[in-house]
Amino acid sequence: MWPTRLAKLVAVAAGALGLLLIQQQSQAQETPPLPQQQWSFDGIFGTYDKAAMQRGFQVYKQICSACHAVKHLYFRDLAALGYTEDQVKAIAATDQCTDGPNDQGQMYQRPCRPSDPIPGPFPNDKAAAVANGGVAPPDQSLIVKARDGGPDYVYALLNGFTPAPKGFQVVSGKYYNEYFPAHNISMPPPLSDGAVAFADGTKATVPQMAHDVVTFLAWASEPNLDARHRIGVRVFLFLIVGVGIFYAAKRKIWAAVH
Amino acid sequence: MADLTDENIRHAHSDTTRRDFLMLTAGALGAVAVGATVWPFIDTMNPARDTLAASTTEVDLTPVAVGQRLTVAWRGKPVFIDHRTTAEIKTAREVDIAQLRDPQSDAERVKKPGWLVVVGVCTHLGCIPLGQKTGDDRGPFGGWFCPCHGSIYDTSGRIRQGPAPANLAVPPYEFTGNATIRIG
Amino acid sequence: MADVHRGSGSRIIRWIDHRLPFMAMMQHELYDYPTPRNLSYWWNFGSLAGIMLVIMIVTGVFLAMQYTPSASLAFDSVERIMRDVNYGWLNRYAHANGASMFFAILYIHMFRGLYYGSYKAPRELLWMLGVLILVLAIATAFMGYVLPWGQMSYWAATVITSLFSAIPLIGQGIVTFLWGGFTVGDPTLHRFYALHYLLPFIILAVVLLHLIALHRFGSNNPLGIDMKGPQDSIPFHPYYTIKDLFGLCVFLLIYAFFVFYAPNFLGSPDNYIPANPMQTPNHIVPEWYLLPYYAILRSITFSILGIPAKLLGVIFAFGSLFVLLIVPWLDTSSVRSSQFRPIYKWLFWVLVIDVLALGWVGANPPQGIVVTVGQIATLYFYVHFLILLPVLGKIERPRPLPSSIAAAVLGDAAGVAAPAAPMGRS
Repeated sequence: MWPTRLAKLVAVAAGALGLLLIQQQSQAQETPPLPQQQWSFDGIFGTYDKAAMQRGFQVYKQICSACHAVKHLYFRDLAALGYTEDQVKAIAATDQCTDGPNDQGQMYQRPCRPSDPIPGPFPNDKAAAVANGGVAPPDQSLIVKARDGGPDYVYALLNGFTPAPKGFQVVSGKYYNEYFPAHNISMPPPLSDGAVAFADGTKATVPQMAHDVVTFLAWASEPNLDARHRIGVRVFLFLIVGVGIFYAAKRKIWAAVH
Repeated sequence: MADLTDENIRHAHSDTTRRDFLMLTAGALGAVAVGATVWPFIDTMNPARDTLAASTTEVDLTPVAVGQRLTVAWRGKPVFIDHRTTAEIKTAREVDIAQLRDPQSDAERVKKPGWLVVVGVCTHLGCIPLGQKTGDDRGPFGGWFCPCHGSIYDTSGRIRQGPAPANLAVPPYEFTGNATIRIG
Repeated sequence: MADVHRGSGSRIIRWIDHRLPFMAMMQHELYDYPTPRNLSYWWNFGSLAGIMLVIMIVTGVFLAMQYTPSASLAFDSVERIMRDVNYGWLNRYAHANGASMFFAILYIHMFRGLYYGSYKAPRELLWMLGVLILVLAIATAFMGYVLPWGQMSYWAATVITSLFSAIPLIGQGIVTFLWGGFTVGDPTLHRFYALHYLLPFIILAVVLLHLIALHRFGSNNPLGIDMKGPQDSIPFHPYYTIKDLFGLCVFLLIYAFFVFYAPNFLGSPDNYIPANPMQTPNHIVPEWYLLPYYAILRSITFSILGIPAKLLGVIFAFGSLFVLLIVPWLDTSSVRSSQFRPIYKWLFWVLVIDVLALGWVGANPPQGIVVTVGQIATLYFYVHFLILLPVLGKIERPRPLPSSIAAAVLGDAAGVAAPAAPMGRS
């Protein structure tokens, strides 16, 4: 009885898998499949690479932040990149934050503090849209979680500014990107070789900068991943022991009935 | 075979100790699991990171003349800043500390004698004492008077009468300039 | 054992129990409760669903302490939970994935009921209360999904509430009423929050009724025959408590895998984009557990007898739940378990595949083959319940049933010889 039932279960599972595969194929038609990258935060023991995050933050700060905000990030969060408290204070102080109202009822600018959110380039979405040809650059603090394919997609996109194939009409004011849905993207190619000078001497190639900034953005969208993975391993070990103990106890108790 | 009372099962099996060991281990595992699960939930109710990172408050003291008092907000609480007169400082310093409920000298409570900075929350049950505005009842010691249950503080913010157990707390602060302080 | 336990209770407990027989009730319903001795692991899912409901309520209450149900603040407050609140990410992921786990458990529990005929007399009300729990769970999950106020939240709310506009004459009025405005907005979010907090407690009450109905006649079992005497049953404790605990541990492994290693696998990336009433995502998909209903809804692309397709789709989607409700009267066979129903056994698996196919249809854009598969699967779903099930009961020749549970489990000799111990002692 059991083997046939098991066979049926396998059949059902196989059918479901088949359906999934068909689905994936149908989705794959428009843009090429995303190349799989190696990320330090992959897998159950994965953690964010702090050096890569610091380089990525430098790329964000010097390039991306001209158009994109990271509105869910605070300066204090940057301690997770491996900066000391004083370094975080120094980084914060390089930006101006709005505070107030003061005694005269005026809002005023002052150097940012660690407790401030990292200010964005535009006061609101409308202003962002007007300054960027009608399309507001999306916020980056959740971008990795908010896109199918996650880090691989953002990485592919940053490297995906190829010449348009023959016959493809790029809309005026837009740019061809292999991995962007419908290929017409409003963002000009943001990265070029040597666009930043990394403090640690790493060569700033486009793939290198893309990889680093995606590591930074992955952290920005999921800052608790390290803790999640660490606790997860413990929970798993505990539960595996639990399964063993409870199974033995169950066998022992049921021995009298069978 | 189907006779399943506990006693019969016990007698039917010689390895009782192994079973008991299993049960104890299973029970212990369960207890640890419950404990480890409860803590994260409780901990969500502790102050969050953004709350703990609550900003410092900078105060410009220049507009506060001698004898005037200023209230500023720090971590959502009022902080009393008192630009004390020489007479007020004198009375605060002449008190016999041994007589106080919460013995503290005035010098311990200020960074500059002219400026008293205290958290304006009564140490009894958290009301905000009167005395900041002109015309407020400051109580017989010239400091603050809490209208809720009648606690009376002196010009050093020390408890002198009433139910409050301790002096008004002094927040962490420092003079960043001659006439500016940063609280927190 | 039972008496020993009762006797060793402190005097205070006995004093209370004399006046408020709570301990005695627990003793009777959770300790001594005679349970068929042959339950398989498929019977674990009932208690598992109960535990999952408690986990959902607990995580939900703690999330509610941090969440802000306002259109302008909801999204950011969820991000604050994820980033700043201690263990907030764990709490939210446990809650979001817990919903998926709860539905997975419910569906397995219900398919088990369908396979072993657990809905048949005298357990019709037990089954119907179960279907009611499913309906309430769907409503709760839907409203909970709106709360993070991401793009999928917003558009799911818009699409699902708009279903009611299919109702002739008063439809649009009802939709405006549900929204509390001219679109899904702040008032909608507030009321969904209130109801999302309320409904689980109503589910809890229905679960209590479900348990009362269950304990009236006891659990069904893989053989589908009644317990005829004490030799057929064993006390719930320790046999099924330990079995349920073991099952719980295995389940928690799967649950923990999602929470810790694939927390967003079952969700949509679009829900990490804040709600934007001016732009619909390209591809709106409900959570996986609602895909089959969604597929049925979209499969009706034609009108019948002058009833417009939109209204028919709504009727058929909700109808799938109603059909489940009346299954006890659609199935005319007197034999419960599929083990003794050679034809139904296969139809059951065809139904499973049919529902999976509907799920696949619901997940994909309605173009080409997807539409055809959806229409065939929808048709088959109704044919299964409304035609095959009633007819099969009349024409199918069941295999002979064993004389008793004990006879089947222990062999005939043992079944007859077994002394009446388990019941006799309590």
